[in-house]
This record gives sequence, structure tokens and C-alpha cells, in this order.
Amino acid sequence: MQRIGVFVCWCGSNIAATVDVEAVSQALAKEPGVVFSTNYQYMCSQTGQDMIQSKIHEYNLSAVVICSCSPRMHEATFRRTCEKAGLNPYMVEIANIREQCSWIHKDRAEATEKAVILGRAAIAKVQLNAPLTAGTSPVTKRALVIGGGIAGIQTALDIADAGFEVDIVEKEPTIGGKMTQIDKTFPTLDCAACILTPKMVDCAQNEKITIYAYSEVEAVSGFVGSFRVKIRRKARYVKEDVCTGCGLCTEKCPQKKVPNAFNLGLDTRRAIYIPFAQAVPKVATIDADYCTMLRTGKCGVCSKVCEAGAIDYKQKDEVIEREYGAIVAATGYNPISLAQFDEFAYSQSPDVVSSLEFERLMNAAGPTGGTLLRPSDGTHPKTIVFVQCVGSRCDGAEKGKPYCSKICCMYTAKHAMLCREKYPDTDVYVFYIDVRTPGKNFDEFYRRAVEEYGVHYIKGMVGKVVPENGKLKVRASDLLDGRQLHIDADMVVLAAAIEPDKSARPLATMLTASMDTNDFFTEAHPKLRPVESPTAGIFLSGACQGPKDIPETVAQAGAAASKVIGLLSKDQLTCNPCVAAPNEMMCNGCSSCEKVCPYGAITYVDKEFRGPNRTTLIRRVAQVNPAVCQGCGACTVACPSGAMDLKGFSNRQIMAEVDAICL
Amino acid sequence: MMKFSYFPGCTLKTRGAALDRCGRAAAEALGFALEELPEWQCCGAVYPNARDEIATRLSSVRALMAARDAGTELVTLCSACHHVIKRVNGDIRRDEDIRAKVNNYLKPEAPYAGEAEALHYLEVLRDRVGFDAVKQKVAAPLAGMKIGAYYGCLLLRPSKELAFDDPENPSVMEDLIRALGAEPVVYAMRNECCGGYVTIENPDYAKKQAQRIVDNAKALGAECLITACPLCMYNLRANTDGSLPVYYFTELLAKALGVDGEEAKQA
Amino acid sequence: MIDMMEQITRIAGVNPRKCMRCGKCSGACPAYDEMEYHPHQFVSMVENGRIDELMRSKGIYTCLSCFACVERCPRSVEPAKLIEAVRCAVERQQGMDRLRPEAVPGLLNPDLPQQAITSAFRKYRK
Repeated sequence: MQRIGVFVCWCGSNIAATVDVEAVSQALAKEPGVVFSTNYQYMCSQTGQDMIQSKIHEYNLSAVVICSCSPRMHEATFRRTCEKAGLNPYMVEIANIREQCSWIHKDRAEATEKAVILGRAAIAKVQLNAPLTAGTSPVTKRALVIGGGIAGIQTALDIADAGFEVDIVEKEPTIGGKMTQIDKTFPTLDCAACILTPKMVDCAQNEKITIYAYSEVEAVSGFVGSFRVKIRRKARYVKEDVCTGCGLCTEKCPQKKVPNAFNLGLDTRRAIYIPFAQAVPKVATIDADYCTMLRTGKCGVCSKVCEAGAIDYKQKDEVIEREYGAIVAATGYNPISLAQFDEFAYSQSPDVVSSLEFERLMNAAGPTGGTLLRPSDGTHPKTIVFVQCVGSRCDGAEKGKPYCSKICCMYTAKHAMLCREKYPDTDVYVFYIDVRTPGKNFDEFYRRAVEEYGVHYIKGMVGKVVPENGKLKVRASDLLDGRQLHIDADMVVLAAAIEPDKSARPLATMLTASMDTNDFFTEAHPKLRPVESPTAGIFLSGACQGPKDIPETVAQAGAAASKVIGLLSKDQLTCNPCVAAPNEMMCNGCSSCEKVCPYGAITYVDKEFRGPNRTTLIRRVAQVNPAVCQGCGACTVACPSGAMDLKGFSNRQIMAEVDAICL
Repeated sequence: MMKFSYFPGCTLKTRGAALDRCGRAAAEALGFALEELPEWQCCGAVYPNARDEIATRLSSVRALMAARDAGTELVTLCSACHHVIKRVNGDIRRDEDIRAKVNNYLKPEAPYAGEAEALHYLEVLRDRVGFDAVKQKVAAPLAGMKIGAYYGCLLLRPSKELAFDDPENPSVMEDLIRALGAEPVVYAMRNECCGGYVTIENPDYAKKQAQRIVDNAKALGAECLITACPLCMYNLRANTDGSLPVYYFTELLAKALGVDGEEAKQA
Repeated sequence: MIDMMEQITRIAGVNPRKCMRCGKCSGACPAYDEMEYHPHQFVSMVENGRIDELMRSKGIYTCLSCFACVERCPRSVEPAKLIEAVRCAVERQQGMDRLRPEAVPGLLNPDLPQQAITSAFRKYRK
């Protein structure tokens, strides 16, 4: 029999207003094993904790029951309190009489009765508690960042700055991500490349950082502190360590008709290419879909002109394996396909472009050398219509996304402003549903577009775009003026909704990290743990967690890095001792537990057992790796023979709680 | 041979006879049979958007039940008939209340629960026959013709229910035009309203609508238009300047297959 | 008027509260200039219970039922269904038919398809 102390908390008036705390502590004092019972205003306060510790000594308590708020709030607090008084921390049980009682009941008598019952259940359980000791596991002091955009770059730089090794895996031939394609950044209008490329160079030159560009994560195993990751290094057909990045091959390659993905197909490049001048690593890549040599075996021009001898047509994909203590997902976003919104005639006219395409058309390194020209005929557009919220804020899953894409209001204001600045004779219309510009200096920026640059902001939406005789006939509503507008535009720019990169979903499966219905990674807590996945050791950086602009992305990237640094600076991790453990004598080797385990913590071994008459038997029995087990309990339910049990939540303990409530 | 139940609808026996006649001739040439439903009634003419309208849904249900009992899919040529019949079928499948009331009213031997499949003739060509097979049967390719497909509203919208094609950038008629050896002209007004029945009350308003469609098609280089709807046909002919000839898609189909007879003179 | 509003949304089977005031319906509507209350206003006025004003408006007869607003509405509000529900509410009253059989012969012309008359009859009469 335990010597149990019961401590009932008022939580100010949160509990005491609805529950008669004095009655509860008196009723629980009569329970078997309870040698002390009291109540107090704030049990979590220092005074409250001091009282618990002194009563443990005074009454020689072997177990403690706290009737208070949810264990998610203060279980760790009270465990520490009791541990300092010499008790095993797992000899503490919490009865939640706030969230599960006082907050949801109005009737004081009923609530008091329920609080007593919940306390009684906790007492019944703690009677069967056994001291548990948490094990430890080592930490591999190296981090993996998946995705080499601004989010991944910032996270990697911050981790490296703290002295830890960090690898970046990027699926494109260069790091840099979407920000490399952007012309200017709001609200300061500084050039995106000018602020990004120094960071890319820093990554390349930092000896703590290894960049695996043109590579993809293929498999992840292990757990927090010791992940094992397989990385596929796709064949570039160019030796990365030999290529000098001189670019001669990209000028001599005879295959000129390859759509240039960096410019979103607005111009062409060669089959061997370096995406842009400041690429990191600055190494050529052969596009196997277009290379004549790889497709027909005849050509070899790039190999002939390469003085460094870097071309290797026989190169194969290579899979490498690395160990990491922490993994950061920074897989970013893409604009959605506009094919489903052809009321705007995106697929019918080259002069209807997405906002990202517009960035390229304004960019000095873009297909028009920074002069805004219509893709159809290379003339200056005089009337430009911007359409906001294309595919954002849509109801239902058939078309578009239910969320606000967050960045479009600001980049459209930027586009409109830049148009008016560079080409003052241009008429610029922006059709908006709401202008959403919360952020430092954001609304001022938008107002400047209206007030100083004379951009026509119209509350309403475009309903139809009709290409005709070189014009785009735009039909739209002007809700404030109460009229339908018919504008003959030269260009229409669509602010397409953004969505997580397609690689995020399979990656989440590999990482056992959770996602929402829109394929954004879910954070461990929406307010208090925004850069951590609920899966231990997995962290989130940038737009893979939700739509974000650059300043927010960089802030979150730094936050993710600090969480990684916190983890990597530990030599050992304390494991959760509440893990599954099989009773080998009862295990029948059926594998049911192994099949349901979401963490791969269960394996089977053949083990020798003593049989009757001094014989030995070989039996196949389950083994749990306590470092991998997360204590979810799925195996205990699946086990047909009842051999699997969860420490701290054993079947006997749960049944004792149920009995205490029901009997 | 593939067999389908066929629902012509009111106009295809009179003003829209060419749509029907060429459609039947082409079906024969392409190797599928259209078996006209015996004693068919009006489709209902317009789809009743009001959810509490039951009587106006019944005639469509009768046609659908007849097709179910014949064990065939129900094919229509007229866009309006197709629109009404397909959406009523959807109501019966989705809306328990409508299904119960319709069956209560009709008291059929076997209650109707949406078992029949309503298909437009163009869907038959695309999904049952296949445009490659159509192409192989073409005897007189319409080489050099630049044709604008006019879809209008009823074939495409609401796409959630019609599930006919991309409602904003459809391609079924363009694919047909290509199969017939002609060149499709894609123009944005092809899914805008022709003016519909408003021509009765307010022909000026219908004229504005129809002319905008013709102007856009012409600007993009169309030399003629094709449609699947007799009312669209009327508006595009009677309520425009007549600068673009308008044909039923079956007329050009039959012509290309070499089975058109009298339509050859027109086209 | 609250009862009337409930009746309209029930007949239409749509929820005007889903409207986010984007105005895409009114941007898409080919009959905009023929209506004194435009599609987005229709939605808002139904939500605010201004049904009698809508029942008196001629826009309920000039809606082409082309479903452009239904197709393009990002919120599945489907204004055309509300417009038709109001028209039904008018025509279901005694003596409120828009088109009477006696008027039909005067409307016919040799090229007009039957479909036009039957459609109009269905739209304008209960």
C-alpha cells in the first residue's frame, strides 16, 4: 500500500468557483492509502510547491495525487517538485479537475461530485504506479536542412554559426529557391538577388555547411538525435568537383530549344545549363530530357569544349547515407496551376501571366532584360490589369485553396508601383476583394501605390477576360461605384494562390511528420511551438508550414535553427520512460504489434527459453526499442495475448481507474 | 454494335431537324445505333433550379427510366435537353427528398434512383467511340476550314453537375474539329451566353450578346461556327449581322464522313 | 420578412452567408446592365431580408440563367439560384405569370425554335 498525499488546487477561481475544493480534499482523505489531503489557492506557485515538498517529508509520502489543471499544463512542474523532495517523478498523478470538470460544468454540486470521482481514479491508479527511470540516447551533432531556398539557407547559416555541421539537400541544380526569381522585395524595394546571393555564397564558403544540390531525400529512419537519411544525388552528367562554372558549354550546346524553367518557360536555354549567373554551386547540369548525346549517343559538343574535362555522360544517380540529430523541413511553395481558371484566359493568351512570370518580365536578368514587354508581340503594355486572389479563398476542394495566400496583396502593390514608376504612361488597375497588408510598413506601402503612384485600386473582381485583336477585353465589377467595367488591357497579371511544394507530402510520410488538409506541415502548437513538428527532432522553416513572406520566413528560419541548436548542444537526450514492454512469456510471436507500430520501434527476435524437463525452446518474441517507442499504446491494444503493456499506463492501472469511476 | 437510347427533344423534329438527321446518319456511319425512345415527352425545357419543384422534373425522369428499362445509356443531341436531363438525374442520385417525391408521384414499378446514364452525343464521340476512330472514318476531310466551336452555357455549366468538360477552356468540340481534318479556332467568348430565350422578350439585348460572340470568333480567325443547340443556332443566325455561317456540329460531322446528303449544299 | 428570406434560401438551396463580397458574379454577368440589382447585390439583399424589393425588380426576368455566376463563384454561393428562387416566389402568386398562353402566337416567327417558347414558358409562368 502506498502512502499517498492529495493536493487539491483552486486555480484561483478557475476551479474553486465551480468545485467545492474543501469538500473534495475531505472526501479524498478517506480513500484507501491517503495519509494526507489538503487544498490550496495556487498549487503551482512556489508556496504551493514548497508545501508539497514539506508534506512529502512530513508524512513520508510514497505517491502524490494533484487535482488541478490538465497534465499538459503542469505535470512536468509537479514531477520536478516531487523529484526534488526525493520521490520518483513517475509516482505523481494528475487529476484534471479544471478543463475536464470546472470549466465545463455549471452546477456546483455536480462538478464537486465529478472532481471527487476524478481524484479517486487518480488515487486508484497511483496505488499501482512503479518508479520509472528514463533512459538516454546519444545525439548526432549534425543537422539536415531539406530545401535550399531562403528558409533553408537562413536555417543552415544560423546552425553553422553556432558551430554545428549542417547539410542542405536541394532538388534543383542550385540553392536559392523562389527568391532567386523575384525582382524586388517589398516593402523596401531592394533587389532580391542583392540580398540573397551573398547568403548563398556564405553557404558555399562556410566549412560547416555541405550543399547537396540536385539531390533528393529518399528515405528516413531512426529517431530524434539519430536519424539515418538516404539522399539521392541525381546525375548532372557533369563532375561537380571538376566543373569550373565557366559556362562555355552552355554557349556551345547546339540544342537551343529547351524551355527555360528559371524564366518559367518565357524563353529558352540550352540542354546543358547553369540556371543563372550567381548559381551555387556554379556547376553546369545536363538536362537529360533534351540532351542529344544522352538521347541518341551523337553530339558530345559540351565534352569537346570543356577544358576542365568535367562532362561525364556515363554518370549515374548516387545514393549516399548520412546521420543527423535533427531534420528541418524547408520545402517551400509554388504558385498553383492556373489551368483551372481559364475565365482569365491564361492558357489562351501569352499576355495573361502569373505574378511570378511578371517578376521575370521585370527582372534585369529575365527574358526581356528588365524591360516590361508583352510576351505576345514584344510591345510595351499601356494598360495592365492585376487580379488578386486567383485560387485563394475558395470554398470547397474542387478549385483553388480555402486559405488566403497572404503574400499577394503586397507583391501586387509592389508590381503596380514599379510599373507606374518605370512607365508613368501606363494605366494600372488592381482588382481586390480585400487588401490585406498587416506587417511593418506594409499598409503604408500599399497606400503609397494608391496615393503617390496613382494605381487604380478597384474593389471588385474580374469575371471574364477575352483576348481579341491584340487586346485583352476585361469584364469586371466595380462594387463601390456600382458598375460593370470593360477595360481593354494589354496585359493581365494573375495573383495565383500558393501551395506547398509537391515534394512535401511524400517527405512528411518519410518523416512521420503531420500535415494539414492543404499539405502544409503542422506545427506542434499553433501559438507556442510554431517551428517544431509534433514529431520529435523535426523542425519547420518557411512556407512549408503556411504562406509566408520573406521577412517572416527568415524569422521563422532563425527560430527553427535555434531549436535545432538547442537539441544538438545536448550530448544525450532523456527518453520518455512510458514506453511499451512485452511480457516475453506471454508473447506468441504473431507480429500484430510490429504491424501497427507507427514508429518502427518493434522488432522480433528468436530467443531461447527454458522448456519442461530441462529442455530449451526457441521462441520468436517481440522486442521494443525504448529509444524509438513514443508510448502511443497502439501495440498494447493490438496484442491478442495481452503480452504488450505500456509502462506508466499498464492495463491494470487503466482498469483500476475505470473501476474507481464506475464502481 | 453499340446501342443507345435516344431522346431527340421538341426542336429536333422541326426547326432543328438538321441536327437530328445528320446526327443519326453520322451515328450509323460510325457504327453506333440511336434508338429513339417510344412516346418521349418534353425534357422539361429548362432545369428547375428551385429545389421544391417536382412536377417540372418528372418528364426528364420518364425519359431516364425508359433508358434504364431498355438497359442503355440515354443520348441527347440538343444541349438544353442534355442539360435538363443530366441535372435531374443528378438530383435523383443526390437528393433523397426529390427522389422520394418523384417516385411517390410517378409510382413506377421499379423506383427510379438515377441508374441511367445521361450522355451528350459529343460525349459518345469522345468517350465511347473515340476521336481516333472518328478520324479513321472521315471520308472527306474538312481541310483548310477554320471552325470556331460555340459551346454556350448549357453543355458546360454548372461543371460540378454536368462534368462535361473544362467549363472555362473546353476541348471536346475542338478535338472533334481536328478529327474531321479542320482547324479549330479557340476564342474566349465560346462559353458565353447567346442570349437564350430572352430573345422573345428583348431581341435587342439578345442581339448584343450574340454579336459579341461572332465578333470575337471572327477576330480570332474563325470562318464559321458550330453549335449543339437549336436556340444558340437561332440567336447566332437571327440576332447577328450574319457574317459567320453557323452549323450544327452534326452537319459538319456527317459531311466529313460523307453521309450528309442534302446538308452538303448548305455547308 | 424573415420567413420569406428563409423560404428563398430553402428553395434555392444556397447559403448567402458564404458570400465574401468579391463581386466576381457581377464581373462575370453578361446581363449586368439589364438588372437594377446586380448579382452580388442580390445575394446581399437576400441575406438582409430585402426580398420584397427583389420581387419587384425586373432583373429577375433578365437573368439569362447562363450560370456564369454559379460556375465562377469562389464561395459556392450560386447567385443565379437565388434569383430563380425570387422569380419563383413572384410567379407562384395568383395572377403573376409573366407570359400567358394567349401571347404566344404573337411571339412566333418562322425560324424561332420551339425550345425558345417552351423555355420562356417555363421560366415566366407557373
